[in-house]
Amino acid sequence: MSAPLFELLLRLGDDRLVLGHRNSEWCGHGPILEEDIALANIALDLVGQSQLFLELAGTIEGQGRDADNLAYWRDESQFRNLQMVELPRGDFAFTLVRQLLFAAWSHHYLDALAKGRRPDLAGIAAKAFKENRYHFRHASQWVIRLGDGTEESHARAQAALDELWPWTGEFFYRDETDQVLAGDGLAPEPETIHEPWLALVTDVLTRATLVPPTGPMRMVGGRRGRHTEHLGHMLAEMQIVARSHPGASW
Amino acid sequence: MATDETKVGEWPLWEVFTQPPGGRPHEHAGSVHAPDAEIALQNARDAYTRRGEAVSVWVVPTARITASTPSDAGPFFDPGNDKAYRHPQFYKTPRGVKVF
Repeated sequence: MSAPLFELLLRLGDDRLVLGHRNSEWCGHGPILEEDIALANIALDLVGQSQLFLELAGTIEGQGRDADNLAYWRDESQFRNLQMVELPRGDFAFTLVRQLLFAAWSHHYLDALAKGRRPDLAGIAAKAFKENRYHFRHASQWVIRLGDGTEESHARAQAALDELWPWTGEFFYRDETDQVLAGDGLAPEPETIHEPWLALVTDVLTRATLVPPTGPMRMVGGRRGRHTEHLGHMLAEMQIVARSHPGASW
Repeated sequence: MATDETKVGEWPLWEVFTQPPGGRPHEHAGSVHAPDAEIALQNARDAYTRRGEAVSVWVVPTARITASTPSDAGPFFDPGNDKAYRHPQFYKTPRGVKVF
């Protein structure tokens, strides 16, 4: 089994599993019915993508673990998601700004992944790319309206951006996994995504009259299983039903 | 005449029309609330196209729709019902012509 490929698939799957779960926390709590549906839809898309990535991960690992097993039976230190996606959902502005930053990164990353040399991985990336285009459209249109909106919406959107921006450095974290996969033509070098991502995000933020903060990026660790204090609590909620009834089906 | 009945604190209402696959006309699917056209389009897509029912979506502000009222029904529609000479029903459809 290819260890770097397994690692990459966990990273891709965990990003979407955790972000999907955070978005799903809006279900029943949306500011308006239509947004409740929109965020739940986006959450379902993300979890669906996660299922594809994790299922392939289990196949690559070759030890009989499927997507469910990987999602519900790994502990916090075995998760490989970006730290940014495990942060609590915050207010509506926080969720939408995070969605914008993640979708902009996914847009370029998945595009490059879809051109990789493994057909199964490229196929999943192509499907996720299509869904992500809609997520980007939704998030960018909302961030523009919040930023270029009322005093309150602008303040909340700017506060969200101020808090989220330092977490975006981790998008471009690179280690031996990325090096090997880029060398094999399976995945892009993370740094090649930086410029296009910045251009895409800056275009939206400018129209939203929002300004990214200056200052250092936060320390990273998600890709190595080091997470914030939030992930453990989230996984406890997410995994409790499956762990209470192992092997159950319905 | 259409009146703007937006309640304070509520987004305007939009009517949604979706076109099913196969080239048939757009049909009324329901309504959504939205602050503007782009968000209305997205909300319509999220609410009414989840099960593959649509290849195209139209949204129209409800206030821009002019509709006949139930009391119009008599004068508007009854006269058409008893005039058979207005209907093209005395022709034999040639073989091979598809009738919808």
